[in-house]
Amino acid sequence: MLRFITFRLLQAIPVVFIVAAATFIMCRQIPGGPFDSEKPPPPEIKRQLESFYGLNKPLGQQTLDYLWSICPKKFMPHRLFLDANNDGRADFDLKAAFGSDFGPSFKSVRSVNETIADSFPVSFQLGAMALAIALLLGIPAGVAAALRPNSWVDYFASGISMLGVCVPTFVMGPILVLVFALNLRWFNASGWFDFKDQLLPSLTLGIAYAAYVARLTRGGMLEVLNQDFIRTARSKGASEGRVILKHALRGGLLPVISFLGPAAAGIITGSFVIETIFQVPGLGRHFVTSAFNRDYFLITGTVVFYAALVVLFNLAVDVVQVWLNPKLKFE
Amino acid sequence: MNTPAAPIPNAPFVPDTAFEEAEQGTSLWKDAWARLRKNKMAVFGAGTLVFMALFCLIGPFISPYTYDAQDLNQYAKPPSAQHWFGTDKLGRDQLTRIMYGGRISLAVGICATMVSLTIGVLWGAVAGYAGGKLDTVMMRIVDILYALPFTIFVILLMVFFGRNIILLFAAIGAVEWLTMARIVRGQVQSLRKMEFIEAAIALGLSRRRIILRHMIPNVLGPVMVYTTLTIPAVMLLEAFLSFLGLGVQPPMSSWGSMIKDGAEVMEGFWWMLILPGLFLSLTLFSLNFLGDGLRDALDPKASKD
Amino acid sequence: MTRLRITSLLTIGTLAAALLFTGCGQSKSQVDSATENQILLYGNKAEPQGLDPHVVEGVGEHQIIASLLEGLVTEDPKTLSPIPGQAEKWEMSPDGKTYTFHIRKNALWSNGDPVTAQDFVDSYIRLLTPSLGSRYSYMLHCIEGAADYNTGKLKDAAKVGVRAIDAKTLEIRLNCPTAYLLDMMAQHYTWWPVHIPTIRKSGDPFTPGNNWTRPETFVGNGPFVLKEWRPNNVLRVRKSTNYWDASTVRLNGIDFLPIESVDGEERAFRAGQLHRTEEVPAAKIDVYKKENSNLLRIDPYLATYFFRFNTTLPQLKDKRVRQALTMAVDRKAIVETVTRGGQQPAYAFTPPDTKGYTSRAQVKFDVEGAKKLLADAGYADGKGLSVEIHYNTSENHRAIAEAVQQMWKKNLGVDATLRNEEWKVYMATQNATNYVVSRAGWTGDYPDPSTFHETFLSNSGNNRTGWDNPEYDRLVKEAACMVDEKARYENFQKAEAILLDELPLLPIYYYTRVFLLHPSVKNWHPTFLDHHPYKHVYLEAPAK
Repeated sequence: MLRFITFRLLQAIPVVFIVAAATFIMCRQIPGGPFDSEKPPPPEIKRQLESFYGLNKPLGQQTLDYLWSICPKKFMPHRLFLDANNDGRADFDLKAAFGSDFGPSFKSVRSVNETIADSFPVSFQLGAMALAIALLLGIPAGVAAALRPNSWVDYFASGISMLGVCVPTFVMGPILVLVFALNLRWFNASGWFDFKDQLLPSLTLGIAYAAYVARLTRGGMLEVLNQDFIRTARSKGASEGRVILKHALRGGLLPVISFLGPAAAGIITGSFVIETIFQVPGLGRHFVTSAFNRDYFLITGTVVFYAALVVLFNLAVDVVQVWLNPKLKFE
Repeated sequence: MNTPAAPIPNAPFVPDTAFEEAEQGTSLWKDAWARLRKNKMAVFGAGTLVFMALFCLIGPFISPYTYDAQDLNQYAKPPSAQHWFGTDKLGRDQLTRIMYGGRISLAVGICATMVSLTIGVLWGAVAGYAGGKLDTVMMRIVDILYALPFTIFVILLMVFFGRNIILLFAAIGAVEWLTMARIVRGQVQSLRKMEFIEAAIALGLSRRRIILRHMIPNVLGPVMVYTTLTIPAVMLLEAFLSFLGLGVQPPMSSWGSMIKDGAEVMEGFWWMLILPGLFLSLTLFSLNFLGDGLRDALDPKASKD
Repeated sequence: MTRLRITSLLTIGTLAAALLFTGCGQSKSQVDSATENQILLYGNKAEPQGLDPHVVEGVGEHQIIASLLEGLVTEDPKTLSPIPGQAEKWEMSPDGKTYTFHIRKNALWSNGDPVTAQDFVDSYIRLLTPSLGSRYSYMLHCIEGAADYNTGKLKDAAKVGVRAIDAKTLEIRLNCPTAYLLDMMAQHYTWWPVHIPTIRKSGDPFTPGNNWTRPETFVGNGPFVLKEWRPNNVLRVRKSTNYWDASTVRLNGIDFLPIESVDGEERAFRAGQLHRTEEVPAAKIDVYKKENSNLLRIDPYLATYFFRFNTTLPQLKDKRVRQALTMAVDRKAIVETVTRGGQQPAYAFTPPDTKGYTSRAQVKFDVEGAKKLLADAGYADGKGLSVEIHYNTSENHRAIAEAVQQMWKKNLGVDATLRNEEWKVYMATQNATNYVVSRAGWTGDYPDPSTFHETFLSNSGNNRTGWDNPEYDRLVKEAACMVDEKARYENFQKAEAILLDELPLLPIYYYTRVFLLHPSVKNWHPTFLDHHPYKHVYLEAPAK
């Protein structure tokens, strides 16, 4: 297993670098630059700014400079959670820990490293809660539906989960705010200050994913429950609970796990829509606003960070898949 | 198939043909079709979809309004005899816009899903079956494509090719096939270890035949389920693009963009959200039932007794 | 059996959660507690990109910086006219070209350092230093030598017309008498000083990207100090004890909350989280007018919404075509049925009553006249005229563009197409004059007609229409150095008459600031620039 993981991590390196280079080059191809605005700076000033940020060098040179700058140059993971700027909160300092410098931002005095350090922990909290809600709601619903296919339980669970799929987050969010924040006055309508503020956004995001989890669980469980070894277990007198938990769930959850890998990376880097509706200071907004601002280093920085997460989560998913299905071997 | 080998002594005479009629040789697909027809929910789903398609294709020809005719005096009127579904903020008839919007949403849903299905299933099946270096390279390519920023990609396409609706299909399809590939690969990997595949290999069947005739039909179950999830995801991705301003361009509408507009004004003008939402939900529910029916029908392990 | 267990667990769980949260219901809203503590909760729309007045360019940033820094002169809360700020008095030379400012003895920075004339000199030189790349450095070009220093032609900073005569006396020499100098100084942050030693501690003061505006390091001379800054979350400022006029300041602090979603902000206001919002969702304006008009504020704003014409194109070269297109637009209908935000239809470019100036020249809504002009120009019934309306992607711009498209079709028979582009692409297109008709907006930097007229000078980077008129240029440039207000305004009247006859632009409406304001906020007077000097603002809970 160790060899498998090491191998995959080694493969991850060219993946991340290709993504970085491709993104860096891609975002230069669209018209509009970081300094274009309604009251644009005079040409001399624009030239000054471009040369300060190195934007006037040939694109190949810039790409190579950038790749070198984000390359990890040391390995001190204990420094990841230092409080470098003394603001009382632990930072997620990639530069201190690994020597990766993602460059400056054109729109903000904060560097890309600082922006990721500020916003990733928030996205992580939001994402982890949403994922937990999705699994806690979705898996039992899917299992219940699969156990009694085409019964009222099935229709109810499938119906509710389908509703979760059909109702987009930008509709669900405001509805929840209307009910719980404005009418019942249990929560704030937006902001991210204490624990209570985290509930509505996580719930909105979680419900959306719970629907998918429920559908996939139901599908996977139905597949497994039809198989002979389940029939054998039942005929041998195993209780329903034992059948589900010990025998069926391993195989039934396979499609969910495959789906969850990239989905988890997506949830954890934040959902732009949720962050906009609830004003959550997470990483998701930066994916979109940096593109609209042509903030090249921030675009590439967030993308690289996301790519690294996706690779890690996919690796985790593959490992879990093999663990759940011992017939597969690490290859 | 039961054909009596030799007459049983002292048994009543039963002509041979009776047995032949009882069980016909049948293929997987014919079998599936028969089972599908018996599934009431699936039939209901299919029927609703046909109705939706007709509603959206033919409706605009019958409607007295066009989708882009503005009447500033009819600002946001609720449903009435004159406008059955009310009007929007520029005085346009909502019913007609829902019909037009349905065309676009259904087209995006179907086309993008077809694209993602084709590429995703083939890619995942080949990767899962082949294993080894090919699998590694193919899945790393999936990782790379997955990480590339979607917003930039869409802006790039819009800039280079103009605001084309076909582009929307291409962009969305290009993103959705990746997860499909991963799911199919997972399934194929576990199938590969099964005895019937080992038997097929032992029999000397070509890889192409094994993948196309044996692997893919067996992964159709989860694939069907995921497809019924992909279509709504595609439609909602289109709505998200509208949220950003990159989706369908006005005066064209889609259910996604109408729902997004309606969500902003839901407290004052409920019909702008509820009605397109209802149509979208109904379509997706029907797709869901149909998909479930297809999955059940295509499951070769489901017993016939 | 399992099913029953799961169901019962879920039910108990839900009930428990419901009970827990009912108990946690908020009895007193955030707004009410904040009012008691004299903390203003300010919805500021966008996360500030920075707080360095020499580097930033946004409105949201201005609102925050106005609490942290003060210039030589500051604004009167009702009229925004210049009143003594860091300077207690000043003199102007008879030729109007030299100003001498006397800085207060008790003017202090927040770290206790006295505010000196040299601080101002150093700040202005920093702003004009080419390597800093400041977008607004052109605001200081009225100072002798400033333009040359800014563009790198002049290398010696000592030759720029700012000089510290002694620690508390500052001399500024101008190229020519500038009527609106004191207004600019009061209202625009480029004229406010920064604490150079502080900037130096965080790096090179003369390059961008210096991160000195952090709460731990920020030093300012205004009524408040920077307490806390959590990006995309909240920015808190608290009363400064070193501010010379601290006794006048009644607020204890301001919390700036960057809520980007317009609907989200309105919900936050209703949930009692804000005293003031930045905007109101268009669909809700009528609702507030009917049900809660005491919460809604609609203030006139010094900005104009217009379309630019690309005058280099063959079909728009003839001014009769531009006039016809302009006269066929029913502005009243647009502001009443499309935008609905209390905006005023614009029949000129400069908003009316800009520091007493109202344009006499006006455009008209005249369909018959428009038809005739179009026919005279060779496009009878709109045949053969191809026009495209270009705008940046937005709900509001789209609605207006579609309305104009319909009006041109109905009134002139002209078929216009629409093209929208994402913001940056749209900017690049407009800057390259790659459009036919393009939507635009222009906000005045200070209340004076020059801030509008200078836009259409032939050498202005903000012109973007390819239009030039030597007489217009002459009038506007001459007015820049005139002292007599009557004569100056006469120049602008003549210039505007030329502008509205040749029409490189199609004026549509004058902006308004529409926002929600909690009744406990006092001294929040409507001003043309939406500036509300915080040292006069206070909170008082409305009598029950």
